[in-house]
Amino acid sequence: MIKKEQKALAQWAMEFALKNGCQASRIILYSGSSSTFEVRDMKIDRLTQASESSLQVQLFVDGRYGSFSTNRLDKAELEKFVLSGIASTRYLAEDKARALPDPSLYYKGGGTDLKLVDPRFDSINPDDKLKLAMNVCSEIMGKDPRIISANSGFGDEQIDRYIIVSNGFEGENTSSSFSLEGSVSIKGDGEARPESFWYDASLFYDSLIKEGIGTKALERTLRKLGQKKTSSGKYTMVVDNMNSARLLSPVLASLTGSAIQQKNSFMLDKLGQKVVGDKVTLIDEPHLLSSPGARYFDSEGIATKRMPIFENGVLQTYFIDTYYANKLGVKSTISSPSILTLQQGNKDVDGLVASVAKGILVTGFNGGNCNSSTGDFSYGVEGFLIENGKLTQPISEMNATGNMLTLWSHLAEVGNDPRKSSSYKIPSLLFEGVDFSGL
Amino acid sequence: MLGSIAAPSFLGEQAYAANDKAIAISFALNHFQISEGDLKKVLAAALEKGGNYADLFFEHTFQNSVSLQDGAVNRAASNIDFGMGVRVLSGDQTGYAYVENIALDEMLKAARTAARIANSSATKLTVKLTEKPVIKNYYTVLTPWDAVPIQEKTPYLQKLNDKIFALDSRVIKVNAGLGDTTSHIFFCNSEGVTYYDYRPMVTLSAVCIMQENSKIENSHAARAFRMGAEFLTDDIIDTIAREAVTKTSILFKAVKPKGGEMPVVMGAGGSGILLHEAIGHAFEADFNRKNISIFSDQLNKKVCNEHINVVDDGTIPFNRGSVNIDDEGVDGQKTYIVREGILTSYLHDRISSKHYGIPSTGNGRRESFRMMPIPRMRATYMEAGNVSEADMIAEVKNGIYAETFTNGQVQIGAGDFTFFVKNGYLIENGKLTQPIKDVNIIGNGPKALADITLVGNNYAMDNGTWTCGKDGQSCPVTCGMPSALVSKLTVGGES
Repeated sequence: MIKKEQKALAQWAMEFALKNGCQASRIILYSGSSSTFEVRDMKIDRLTQASESSLQVQLFVDGRYGSFSTNRLDKAELEKFVLSGIASTRYLAEDKARALPDPSLYYKGGGTDLKLVDPRFDSINPDDKLKLAMNVCSEIMGKDPRIISANSGFGDEQIDRYIIVSNGFEGENTSSSFSLEGSVSIKGDGEARPESFWYDASLFYDSLIKEGIGTKALERTLRKLGQKKTSSGKYTMVVDNMNSARLLSPVLASLTGSAIQQKNSFMLDKLGQKVVGDKVTLIDEPHLLSSPGARYFDSEGIATKRMPIFENGVLQTYFIDTYYANKLGVKSTISSPSILTLQQGNKDVDGLVASVAKGILVTGFNGGNCNSSTGDFSYGVEGFLIENGKLTQPISEMNATGNMLTLWSHLAEVGNDPRKSSSYKIPSLLFEGVDFSGL
Repeated sequence: MLGSIAAPSFLGEQAYAANDKAIAISFALNHFQISEGDLKKVLAAALEKGGNYADLFFEHTFQNSVSLQDGAVNRAASNIDFGMGVRVLSGDQTGYAYVENIALDEMLKAARTAARIANSSATKLTVKLTEKPVIKNYYTVLTPWDAVPIQEKTPYLQKLNDKIFALDSRVIKVNAGLGDTTSHIFFCNSEGVTYYDYRPMVTLSAVCIMQENSKIENSHAARAFRMGAEFLTDDIIDTIAREAVTKTSILFKAVKPKGGEMPVVMGAGGSGILLHEAIGHAFEADFNRKNISIFSDQLNKKVCNEHINVVDDGTIPFNRGSVNIDDEGVDGQKTYIVREGILTSYLHDRISSKHYGIPSTGNGRRESFRMMPIPRMRATYMEAGNVSEADMIAEVKNGIYAETFTNGQVQIGAGDFTFFVKNGYLIENGKLTQPIKDVNIIGNGPKALADITLVGNNYAMDNGTWTCGKDGQSCPVTCGMPSALVSKLTVGGES
């Protein structure tokens, strides 16, 4: 939690900025602590521990804007820092779109506890954390003669953020997180050493899955043995729930105010239109309890609310912050989504695979990119060939290529298995007619 | 002096003349307001659980950026980052902690946290701290960035914007940015090695968005160097502007090729991304010491054509990947990783060099004081061969020519690597024909290396803003290459 003296420092910085030529200001104070325990082959490999804090000062000076941050929190230094920031900002071009949000849009408080902080965060014994990592490693060690290296790790983190804005907003966010992971390298064909991993993450120590992480990591590695390319062609593509959000990221980037105003978006002028398939009903659900990403206000202090992004394939909103709203001459919405939920179907990944006659199950992406103007993409993939509903051959060294609008128009089925540990709750997905390049 | 952005007065070559060596360390001690006695106390605390090595890494970094959008330089940002990381080694095990407040009691607390990696009686610290001078400065600064006020930077962005708009009437938007970073690094370890390094960096970039009828395309151009403000010239503005427009305008004519396996001619320069991804990471010695790289058993073996020499170099003047001294106190150096087709060296940090019983290659680098050093590339490139690019293209009946790149990735153990080709050309019957765009290329490291059949005589370094990610740490690097023919790679495309 942010300490009283830290809040006082942020408030002092704001007052100092306002007294010295700044007409408006937003101050953000970050504070956090973390630790990691990494184990390799049942021996401690790395221990790390850290705590840190920093202050970001956003200055609105004579119609101009600058943003300055530092982890040097001594008042005398901060005075020079803020004065220097104000002086620098004055040399910029005037920008009439720079303004604080309409105060009526701010979160006014009163929301119930989103339950994002584990009260036990500071009291968990480091020996217990190490023991968890050791247990994961022990689930791997000696379980197969082809194992070359078994790695595991426990990590935890608590992040606090305090925002004050000169036209009447004050807010605080705190969340904790815990993670446990295992990874394995095994001897493969020739010189190859296939590797894979598994993990769980949770906001609460007690709900972190602590058993089976290493076993699952080993299973995921062993099933890669014998990977090879298959023929190029159009396939039905199933993407598992570890990787499905990757395909959503370029779409989300194309919906930002910056991308729209800069005309660098394949979703330009598409608001209110049916741009993707009927199965795409994507909702921002910012107030889900005990979920990563839950929040009552965004980075400007604007109150979050449930917001449809696509409904049955029709684009419902862009993510427009105050600055780009002013530039575009539209109302602001929210600077970015909080928790994304995709309307689910009734099958898990195995059920989706079982319904496919000829396809590819993607279990990992390897590089690639997407053209932000056109939506054209090309990604390296690995996974499994699907024949008559069964996984018949592990595949690798292939590319999936296409266009984001076409791809999402061909979304044929949505799974029911989103991972709880992510703020993007995207289940396994099934797309028809995707171009794969291999042999 | 803390918080000051004044540069030390010894930034030029003369800084490293014998008489000034002591000045560097005393400047650093004064800058960080620490004493030799305190350093010894912290090192002793780091070793009090029996660790066999400890180091302290102090950093004070100033970052500034100014940006242009919609024709006006209308945003500025700065960041100050300050702190100290303490690392303790017990064999190949690592304990690490860092502090942002370097008061003695805070540093002692961090040292005792890191010390817990070991579990025996205290190791006695007996060494005298001795300066390790920077032997050669690869990034001498003429005009330090902290001497350049913002009003002297903004006109360059305006010129860049105006130039791009003047070059092509289809330009509808330009986003331009100038970023400068100055880091003061002070290091000492339990073996008595102490050094100070002053690390500058500048990046200048432009994103160009063009519209032709109803089609919109974007591309970008950038340069990055370890240089001071002398980097800013009308020539660099002109170069970046022309490159941004050329790279964007070609996209209107480009198509996605048919996908599948085919020969690929890698153009000179940015094609070095192939080396970085296909072999560079797999040669980093941490992966090999753990036996998890696909090249773990290939040292001193022939891995490719005998005309191929591959270098990882920290000594190229002003290069983004250069290091005077690495983050563990080892001199910057030039390392042949492949010589005449034979894998001659991995890229080592302290832990791996002890493991293999050889000197470190000076590749121990870290993102900041918050991170422990690990083996990282610097400037990775292939030396020139003797084939002209035209002759190389003439060898290919059906394939592609890869010209510009955005990003890449590799799986260290399986060896599969990828790189994304922003634009290139089809090769049909030995000639460049249809422009292509936005394709991912995937291959397998050892196979791709063995499949390089021709090496061009046109070596070029790509001085773009390459940033490498590994273990959650970002590190500035570069890559370079002459044109080269790879007989078979899998190109993403339509079926």
